[in-house]
Amino acid sequence: MTKAITVSGLHKTFGRTRALDGLDLDVETGEVHGFLGPNGAGKSTTIRVLLGLLRADSGATQMLGMDPWSDAVELHRRVAYVPGDVTLWRNLSGGEVIDLYGRLRGGLDKARRADLIERFELDPTKKGRTYSKGNRQKVALVAAFASDVDLLILDEPTSGLDPLMEEVFQNCVAEERARGRTVLLSSHVLSEVEALCDRVSIIRKGRTVESGSLADLRHLTRTSVTAELAGPPNGLSHLPGVHDLDVQGHRVRLQVETDKLDAVLRSLTESGVRSLTSTPPTLEELFLRHYQDDVLTGEEEAVAR
Amino acid sequence: MTAVTAPRFAVRASGTRPLAGAGTLLRLALRRDRVMMPVWVAVVVLMVVSGVSSIGQLYDTTAKRAELAADMTANGSMRAMYGPVFGDSLGAIVTWRFGGFAAVLAAVMSLMIVVRHTREEEETGRHELLASAVVGRRAPLTAALLAALVANTAVALLITAGLSGQGTAGALALGLAIGGIGMLFAGMAAIMAQLTESARFARGLTAAVLGAAFLLRATGDSASDDGSSVLTWLSPLGWAENARPYADERWWVLALLAAAVVIQLAIGYVLTERRDAGMSFLPTRPGPAEGRISTAAGLAWRLQRGSVVSWGTGFLLAGLVFGGMTEGAADLVGDNEDAREIFERMGGQAGLTDAFLAAMVGMLGMVAALYVVQSVLRLSAEETSGRAEPVLANAVGRLRWASGHLLIAFGGAVLVMLLGGLGLALGYGKEFGPVLGASLVQVPAIWTLGALALFLYGMFPKASVAAGWAASGLALALGWIGPALDIPQAVMNVSPFGHLPKLPGPEMAWTPVVVLAVVAAGLAAAGMTGLRRRDVTT
Repeated sequence: MTKAITVSGLHKTFGRTRALDGLDLDVETGEVHGFLGPNGAGKSTTIRVLLGLLRADSGATQMLGMDPWSDAVELHRRVAYVPGDVTLWRNLSGGEVIDLYGRLRGGLDKARRADLIERFELDPTKKGRTYSKGNRQKVALVAAFASDVDLLILDEPTSGLDPLMEEVFQNCVAEERARGRTVLLSSHVLSEVEALCDRVSIIRKGRTVESGSLADLRHLTRTSVTAELAGPPNGLSHLPGVHDLDVQGHRVRLQVETDKLDAVLRSLTESGVRSLTSTPPTLEELFLRHYQDDVLTGEEEAVAR
Repeated sequence: MTAVTAPRFAVRASGTRPLAGAGTLLRLALRRDRVMMPVWVAVVVLMVVSGVSSIGQLYDTTAKRAELAADMTANGSMRAMYGPVFGDSLGAIVTWRFGGFAAVLAAVMSLMIVVRHTREEEETGRHELLASAVVGRRAPLTAALLAALVANTAVALLITAGLSGQGTAGALALGLAIGGIGMLFAGMAAIMAQLTESARFARGLTAAVLGAAFLLRATGDSASDDGSSVLTWLSPLGWAENARPYADERWWVLALLAAAVVIQLAIGYVLTERRDAGMSFLPTRPGPAEGRISTAAGLAWRLQRGSVVSWGTGFLLAGLVFGGMTEGAADLVGDNEDAREIFERMGGQAGLTDAFLAAMVGMLGMVAALYVVQSVLRLSAEETSGRAEPVLANAVGRLRWASGHLLIAFGGAVLVMLLGGLGLALGYGKEFGPVLGASLVQVPAIWTLGALALFLYGMFPKASVAAGWAASGLALALGWIGPALDIPQAVMNVSPFGHLPKLPGPEMAWTPVVVLAVVAAGLAAAGMTGLRRRDVTT
């Protein structure tokens, strides 16, 4: 499969601030790729480099087989972008903006435009100033989904959307994937990422810390196990990969690294299992681990100083 | 203002402490305006105070000043421009020559300050966060008006101090008249800010009232030589004139000014309390559901067409007015050796009508430079507001995106000058060819300032707005005050306008025009290269 986006070793500094510090990103054609990281990690900077708005200091980037900086215009015929904070012109109506963006990209599907406006319950006759944040976001979303493009770059596109509209958005992304389009989705809404993304990349401080399918990532984290046993548990605390062990009589709660689950189960069955629940790690846990690492290392640095 | 739709009435009671937080908001306003406000105050004050030495040198005896006063007051065109002269003291002459314009500048300063801290805050949504804090309903307007009061008080005090050498009473009356006009238009802006949802529109409406006030005063003064015309009395600028600083000050006229300020403020407060935050009395109409704009240039035109139309109309009208004055002005200047000298320095060597026309063409050119700079810097506004980013994420190259706006900026400058020249020629009634040609000769100098703004925008985007305006402001100040101060040509040459032949009249000089066009092209090319290479900022 060809890659829609390849980024390797991307660096970008603004004055003394190092925004991107050797970032890598691979997006396969036809997949929905989640792009995650705490605020200020460099997600939007990466997207701006990919759109040719910022010039990378070093590193290789390719999008749809072209160079984002030098082939920007040609490339943008095949790309639709939705920023996280949509600013509209005060005196232009939403409909005018949608049509303008469509034409500037090289094509807008009229029927799809009408369908999307209806599904997103958007009033296209209102002027830019009078839209709420969610409605401004809808204007950009309708323009992007109705455009005839190969790649959608969505930077926190659902901030400000209500849960019903969030659902419409998820359906639209699913339709895009069904048509074979590629989507790069930067988001903090983890349920959205879980529902939509084939693969995710997690970045922190301008660097990619994790990348892979959700299943892969889950594998790297811990499963929670709660068991009611026939007899007292035996030797669980000595098993590798077991954390937060809590034994109360015959009741056991623990967390185990997912690839060490086997040994734990064996040990539990030795004591006789009355009931057992095992929960795979939620995405929240997965991300919190990475995000908290960030907080922790930050604190350590502060202490070291 | 007849088409006021019924706004949704907000709760009439404005909370228990309607002014809560006003002090903090005033500090915020003064902090935000810490550069802009002192610059405005300095410009207004220096304009008047520097007049003491420049006019004092030219008209150093009472006899000379009395002759000037008699000539100027006898001439309808000059009265329309500056009003009648009420005395032959130096103070009276300075008041006549600079007082009216300083009052107009103080009005512009005040309307900018008030709209910036009221409607603009609401339009950008910043107001909402502030209003959620312990901030009374009247507090934002109060803070904005107090900020304007601080600026106008500074203007009044500094003018009083600067002119006190010519007599304290007159200096005080002039300071109060200029500061009072400032506050009057602060009050007008406070009302306009309630009427529209757009800060730009609120500024435009207030500026239109200011323009109408100037026209009323000019028409009234051209008809009457002692400021007693009804039309003059209908204009607040006429009141400032009729306070007669340095000529038996009429303090009661200043009291009238103060009363008008109070009435306007009351209206402003009543309107504020009768509307919801962010809403306005003039309704916003819905737009088309489907758009016809399909190119970046089309978008640029849609965004700037209002500005082009208003500038064009303004230039045509100004041209007509100046053109109509030409004959009379030349008659007058012919009698006075020193005034003739000023006009010749401003305008040219040949016939006096030509000199007057050349001076007016030059003035239009310098004002058109403000148009071109504003229009070029629209690029910066689009970029920093984040509206450029999604446009550039489409199949639109940066140069194509910029060129739409630049075509309007540089092409608009030609159009505006043609309209101004047409107005002059129509008003004067002859010399169509030479006047239109003279207007076009200004274009390379206008372009040079626009290209400088473009160069700054491409190369130093963060500094471009301040530096672009500073450059055009400097050119305007040199062109405006330079001839009266007899500034050496070497300094005048800092401004691109200093190099132009003073047409109509003398021989056309192609060299400076061509050189300026080349300089403009070079600056523009460098700016575009910078824009192509740099990061898009947000």
